[in-house]
Amino acid sequence: MAASIFTAVPRAPPVAVFKLTADFREDGDSRKVNLGVGAYRTDEGKPWVLPVVKKVEQIIANDDSLNHEYLPILGLPEFRANASRIALGDDSPAIKENRIGSVQSLGGTGALRIGAEFLRRWYNGNNNTATPVYISAPSWENHNSVFVDAGFKDIRTYHYWDAAKRGLDLQGLLNDMEQAPEFSIFILHACAHNPTGTDPTPDQWKQIAAVMKRRFLFPFFDSAYQGFASGSLDKDAWAVRYFVSEGFELFCAQSFSKNFGLYNERVGNLTVVGKDTDNVQRVLSQMEKIVRTTWSNPPSQGARIVATTLASPELFAEWYDNVKTMADRVLLMRSELRSRLESLGTPGTWNHITEQIGMFSFTGLNPKQVEYMIKEKHIYLMASGRINMCGLTTKNLDYVAKSIHEAVTKIQ
Amino acid sequence: SSWWAQVEMGPPDPILGVTEAFKRDTNSKKMNLGVGAYRDDNGKPYVLSCVRKAEALIASKKMDKEYLPIVGLADFTRASAELALGENSEAFKSGRYVTVQGISGTGSLRIGANFLQRFFKAGRDVYLPKPSWGNHTPIFRDAGLQLQSYRYYDPRTCSLDFSGAMDDIARIPEKSIILLHACAHNPTGVDPRQEQWKELAATVKKRNLLVYFDMAYQGFASGDINRDAWAVRHFIEQGINVLLSQSYAKNMGLYGERAGAFTVICSDAEEAKRVESQLKILIRPMYSNPPLNGARIAATILNTPDLRKEWLVEVKGMADRIISMRTQLVSNLKKEGSSHSWQHITDQIGMFCFTGLKPEQV
Repeated sequence: MAASIFTAVPRAPPVAVFKLTADFREDGDSRKVNLGVGAYRTDEGKPWVLPVVKKVEQIIANDDSLNHEYLPILGLPEFRANASRIALGDDSPAIKENRIGSVQSLGGTGALRIGAEFLRRWYNGNNNTATPVYISAPSWENHNSVFVDAGFKDIRTYHYWDAAKRGLDLQGLLNDMEQAPEFSIFILHACAHNPTGTDPTPDQWKQIAAVMKRRFLFPFFDSAYQGFASGSLDKDAWAVRYFVSEGFELFCAQSFSKNFGLYNERVGNLTVVGKDTDNVQRVLSQMEKIVRTTWSNPPSQGARIVATTLASPELFAEWYDNVKTMADRVLLMRSELRSRLESLGTPGTWNHITEQIGMFSFTGLNPKQVEYMIKEKHIYLMASGRINMCGLTTKNLDYVAKSIHEAVTKIQ
Repeated sequence: SSWWAQVEMGPPDPILGVTEAFKRDTNSKKMNLGVGAYRDDNGKPYVLSCVRKAEALIASKKMDKEYLPIVGLADFTRASAELALGENSEAFKSGRYVTVQGISGTGSLRIGANFLQRFFKAGRDVYLPKPSWGNHTPIFRDAGLQLQSYRYYDPRTCSLDFSGAMDDIARIPEKSIILLHACAHNPTGVDPRQEQWKELAATVKKRNLLVYFDMAYQGFASGDINRDAWAVRHFIEQGINVLLSQSYAKNMGLYGERAGAFTVICSDAEEAKRVESQLKILIRPMYSNPPLNGARIAATILNTPDLRKEWLVEVKGMADRIISMRTQLVSNLKKEGSSHSWQHITDQIGMFCFTGLKPEQV
């Protein structure tokens, strides 16, 4: 047989967060805890299909008028409109002025990718491969890959996490924005920053917006946790809406994976806010071209679930309640973990655990301490020290707190 | 002023634009012979009975909604490989393949195109048959490859220009990529006969071309899944390690659920693992992991003996209805007094028919 054209294909390293879960699965230790991948878990440590989702799936299953025909390229119209409304608010001036557009996408990742592909082609002229893209340090590790694969050649980081004070490095962030070339693209986490859980305050957002406006920087929001972070949709969308009210044109990549628990249905939406209808229409026409060569048209099931829920006042209220259940449990785990660490007298300060928001916490554990946690205590977390609060339960809180205490005191 | 001031209005999609025009038309006699979705004899979309049963089965299991692996649902990818390659296939049994779940046919094609752009350094050119599905060109172009063509359809006879195809293919530079429609060529409906496929395979092998099959109609073309996959299987048996894109949009009526698969036949299982690892790296920044619903329905059907049997009957039913429409169209044209030869309508196969009508007649 002739030599293969793939002989030279090297073995790629596994995606870290999924490898972590794979290792966790293979671990036979009964004390094991998975604080890795970002999916919600109940207090029994189980995945949770939202009750409203179960109800709506039944409604869909019983609806004989529904079939499996192709959705339009840009997605299910009722989904698109409702999804963008959730992000921008019922009374959004942009919606009233008919200058928003939506692209149903395969999860938040898909929305980011379509947005990135569009920006590379059309943002500021016709070829933006050299336009700088700024991603927070640290950020979700896939952000970098999305923009690289979309063709951007100049990807930079902006200061974000201050490890010493375990909080936002606002001055560093603002400096980076002042120094960034005009028209640079900035990826902003709308709320519940992944992985640090540290968000700017409204005042800090105002300062960020002022610099971005003055320097013509483009805001590309990643909103994966709306509702899930604080329990309030409005609060979690405050930054996006503020930017809109300041007259920005922007993109917002939305995910319904966490707040609807629809992880594997790949439900996402790219919201586009423009100056006027005409601009948005032209943008959408080009988005269609990009979608057509990527996935042609998006999957139907998840979008139907979300659209049905958001369009019905009763189902919407039920969903809101389910979201609050998740957010509240996370908040409880935060306060419980913090209080245990403080009771144990674990060296360091632990208020960041309750000050941070969303699914994740940047514990401050260093790689050696993380390795100790995994190898000796069978507690799986990312090398960055990021833990998924959802992996904590009333049953494992004590064990995790004691293990962190050990790691911090034994390993430096 | 806006960031988007220089964004041009994109032209409407040539295929989907026809349906939009149809929707706008108020004439009571209107018919849509445009977009490629099956319709029953009442002109209505058809949800397969085996699909409904699979959905009920799935609902009763009350499964969670956790993320799928990047490569998709294992039961689905394995069943897809077996469906395409055949359970007795040496390539399948030896595990010297990798199959990943893709977003129906388009997504699967795109994964493959991106993979070739990144790893197939020997060639940048993709040869498409003339004509081909309209979306092939932009897919490969957006992936960063270059498009060329080989003769395929003969408009004078409304059939295959076999000698033209063989001539052109014999001259394709070594290590180029050639795309072949496994069955039910879109848009012409013109497929090579088995003897012709054999010659194509020999030529392609001699020219050392990388073969990429697009199989969007397995079962839907002739009504027989093995017959429709014959070309793919023959090429692999001849030692040609092909790439393959599969779609379940038509043959299971799962259009909007986006169920598809991308396969690479490799030298051995170890190579397949390496290729798989790189496909994951490609997929993660596109959409992270694929949607479950369609894949789970397809897997349930393929892996549940009763449902699989029922599916084979239903897909044959769809194919048979199409074949009977072809036959009746030809006989009705004769009845109308047409003396033109309409044999190509019944010679052609699959959903589409290249009528031979000119643009003005259209």
